[in-house]
Amino acid sequence: MRRSPYLLAAAIVFCTAPFTAQPQSPDASANAAPTARASAPIDLTGYWVSVVTQDWRWRMVTPAKGDYRNIPMTVQAGEVADAWDPEADEAAGEQCKSYGAPALMSVPGRLHITWQDDDVLRVETDAGMQTRLLHFAEPPHAAHTPRSWQGISVAQWQSYSGGAAFIRGPLLAPQERRADDELSGGTPGGSLKVVTSNLRPGYLRKNGVPYGEDAVLTEYWDVLTRSDTEQWLTITTQVEDPLYLREPRLIAIPFRKEADGEKWDPTPCSATW
Amino acid sequence: MLGNMVSRRALVLVLVLVSSAVHAQVDLTGFWSRSGQTDNVDALNPVDLLGMPLNEDGRAKALSYNIAALSVTERQCQMYTPFYLLVGPFALDISRVQDPVTQKLIAWKIAGWIDKDETIIWMDGRPHPSEHAPHTHGGFTTGAWDGGALTAVTTHFKLGDIKRHRGFSSDRAKITYRFTRHGDLLTVTGILEDPVYLAEPYVLTDVFTFSTAPNTLPSTACEPIEELAYLHENPAIVPHYLPGRNPFVNEVTERFNIPIEAVLGGPQTMYPEYRKTLENRYVLPPPCTLDCGGPPASQAR
Repeated sequence: MRRSPYLLAAAIVFCTAPFTAQPQSPDASANAAPTARASAPIDLTGYWVSVVTQDWRWRMVTPAKGDYRNIPMTVQAGEVADAWDPEADEAAGEQCKSYGAPALMSVPGRLHITWQDDDVLRVETDAGMQTRLLHFAEPPHAAHTPRSWQGISVAQWQSYSGGAAFIRGPLLAPQERRADDELSGGTPGGSLKVVTSNLRPGYLRKNGVPYGEDAVLTEYWDVLTRSDTEQWLTITTQVEDPLYLREPRLIAIPFRKEADGEKWDPTPCSATW
Repeated sequence: MLGNMVSRRALVLVLVLVSSAVHAQVDLTGFWSRSGQTDNVDALNPVDLLGMPLNEDGRAKALSYNIAALSVTERQCQMYTPFYLLVGPFALDISRVQDPVTQKLIAWKIAGWIDKDETIIWMDGRPHPSEHAPHTHGGFTTGAWDGGALTAVTTHFKLGDIKRHRGFSSDRAKITYRFTRHGDLLTVTGILEDPVYLAEPYVLTDVFTFSTAPNTLPSTACEPIEELAYLHENPAIVPHYLPGRNPFVNEVTERFNIPIEAVLGGPQTMYPEYRKTLENRYVLPPPCTLDCGGPPASQAR
């Protein structure tokens, strides 16, 4: 019997969810549950651009074969990566191996985030022309969905303002929360947790550092608003892979919001560049 | 009566459970080990300004730097700036600072390291000092909760390295931090702004894991010693490179085939469109033979 990838990811999301993420207000049972769009504590929609200030020489260019620095890979991973052959990948139609969900947010490019419907957040990338669908409710036919570069993603808001009455509002007592006059402190908000599984094996780094089909990606999407014109998105990324990683791959990837899609430039996957 | 007592007890129980759960969401106290899986901490090449939004002055300052300057007697105990929190190798040791009378939290304290001053994040509403106030290695920091995350602003720190031996920020710089806890993970985002040496804000991140066995070093008092004889014999020497004379400027280009314009940083090099300008001129370098990382068995390569 094949396990449902959605149920697996959903179990991870809900079992590890913090207290604040538990639905909903005390009278929620009396009413229809609000949609994910309606209950969003933060607005992720719009265009976001990668700001490549970290790991530049592994992200902006294809690094040399054997350059595995800062990735906690296993011996098995080393054997796979040492056999990296980008031309062979290209010829086999596997040019998107480094654009799978565990690596995609690290690829320099732009994100276009929209609501596909009330319970599905759609994340498109111009680099590699990939689409991630973040499901707040079980997607249709999840149990029979073949593995893919983007897998199946289960999303959940971690709200600090939309929960039960006793946790609504400030996290610390008001007298403990004072805003520096340069900051809009004390506002409600939250973050987005996403767990992705059912992945097709791919590369964590362009030069063939692998992740396997049992890899699980857990992400936390957080927004920092500094002014009406300056917003930052940090995606904390944890990749767990019992076959190819000695410990979880843990990084956080920054993006900056753009006013529009003027610089959106769809570019297909490439194994060689 | 009995019903009221039961209700009160139930209420107390709920409050205890809820308060502990909520507290667990926002309590930053403890040791947080750095994942260290980015190049933030790296200092492998003397001139590696990749991805740094330096302006012309920032680039000139960076290229004038000679690491022997750290061996000058009066600079041996010079501490890094507060931004070192994101680019240093050590764990974060975070504790609460409470008012001794009311026990209210008035600040968060991030302990210092052997080469970084402590950071006190004041939460009691005090203002930042006058711009003319003295600057310290640790600077002055205030914080506020914002949507479940702690946002802090640091000013009044001294000139110092942005990354270890890679670029400088001035004493007019400002850092905005964001501390976001997700269970046993703590994500720190730092945005460095500097009107003197940076053309755009410089953002770095790192992820820390809650730890009971962190890799901290004892913070002992620093005592200058004779590190380089020629500096000791002639205290008038200030190690530096004159414009156009830095001997390491081509090292990254020669080793990784990365164009020198990218090695020298600049805001345009941080964005995806710059990558597209490299496609037809970048040549994959030979297989890695030095500082390659990888599985434990092959790290000796």
